[in-house]
Amino acid sequence: MSKLPTPSERFIQGILPENPVYRQLLGLCPTLAVTNGLKPALTMAVAVGLVLLCANVIVSLIRDLLKPHLRIVIFTLTIATFVTIVDQVLSAYMYQMSKTLGPYIPLIIVNCIIICRCEVCASRQGPLAAAGDAVGQSLGFGLALASIAAVREILGTGMLLGIPMLPAAWPPWVIMVLPPGAFLTFGLLLAGVNWIRAWRTNRPQRGN
Amino acid sequence: MGKTVKNSSILSRGCFQNSFLAQAWLVIVLAVSFGTALAFVQISLSEVIAANKLDETLTQVPALVWGENAAQYAADINIPLEIIPGTVSVKKGQKTTYYPLYRVSRGKVISGWVVKARGQGYADNIEVLIGVDPDVETITGLFILEQKETPGLGNKITFPAWREQFAGRKTAKPFVVVKEKSTASNTIDTVTGATISSRSVADIVNQTVIDIKGRLTSQTVHTGEGQ
Repeated sequence: MSKLPTPSERFIQGILPENPVYRQLLGLCPTLAVTNGLKPALTMAVAVGLVLLCANVIVSLIRDLLKPHLRIVIFTLTIATFVTIVDQVLSAYMYQMSKTLGPYIPLIIVNCIIICRCEVCASRQGPLAAAGDAVGQSLGFGLALASIAAVREILGTGMLLGIPMLPAAWPPWVIMVLPPGAFLTFGLLLAGVNWIRAWRTNRPQRGN
Repeated sequence: MGKTVKNSSILSRGCFQNSFLAQAWLVIVLAVSFGTALAFVQISLSEVIAANKLDETLTQVPALVWGENAAQYAADINIPLEIIPGTVSVKKGQKTTYYPLYRVSRGKVISGWVVKARGQGYADNIEVLIGVDPDVETITGLFILEQKETPGLGNKITFPAWREQFAGRKTAKPFVVVKEKSTASNTIDTVTGATISSRSVADIVNQTVIDIKGRLTSQTVHTGEGQ
């Protein structure tokens, strides 16, 4: 059996080499749905991050008690609990934002990034590795969401977080803040990421 | 002899391993402790959430009675208006339904009522605010307070373009949701791909109108925070 990555490796891998959106293509439903503005995208990323961190640590702590055929039930139970807490906190302190995100907050329960991390990392490694993994993957998810949302918001409204970014003469591309804009932006950014990756791996290695 | 002992020990171990508790104890323990934790979160946050919802309701009330523009105008020139919360109870056989509502008035003149009603949607309950004129003859506005309909389809019932169809319509005939454009006085265009969500809202409005029509008088409406 191959050696499992250390906590710091887990952390680094999540951000870019194994980015949940661009490299693993997981969690695309919220990625496409809440990236019409940077603010909802960042709120979503923080919500997913908190749930992922708590779920990963709890699952890691009870990993020796898990029964193989009941593990998914336990993952879902743990995730659902923290999602409910995040949902309640949002509707108590960020009411308008919670209405904007609507059903996508409860839908974090079935976010495959979190179930995937519980399965791949937390149910096999200690709490430190699980926490490092959670933070790394959340940063990667946040980075992906922010990149898509920034492109869509700037091109679609000419503004970023309400600050004008483009000359007033710029006609807003309304399609960018509509659902098709999500597919266009994500497709192009994904192609860009793949292109950079191909270029880096094909480049002659120095010292070889 | 030795064989029997071995067999029975396997048997008893097997019994324990296959028993419901041995399999599920972790699920049960986690469910109970998570449930307790959630109860505490609920207790500590429910008041804040209820206050947020009340706030939202109260900001919607003037526009639901006067329309968006008139309400904005009234707010701009500081026309004082009075919003009094209350409830009206409707007895239907064994069951009594309570409608929370708000009476909107200027001075002594009642401008209209905003009634909170709920009903089953495609997914979960839909909660709406319905603005009506003093005699419930005309719908003056509709706002969706809560819904969990399908994003991209059913949730379009919250869009102004759809819900504003109700504003200014007579309540004499129940609303009917149609797929093709119609000139009849009581038809509402469906949200494309979300006939059930559209019909649910129309049904909630129809039911509410039937229940409250002729019942909104000072005798039947209990003002003050109640129910």
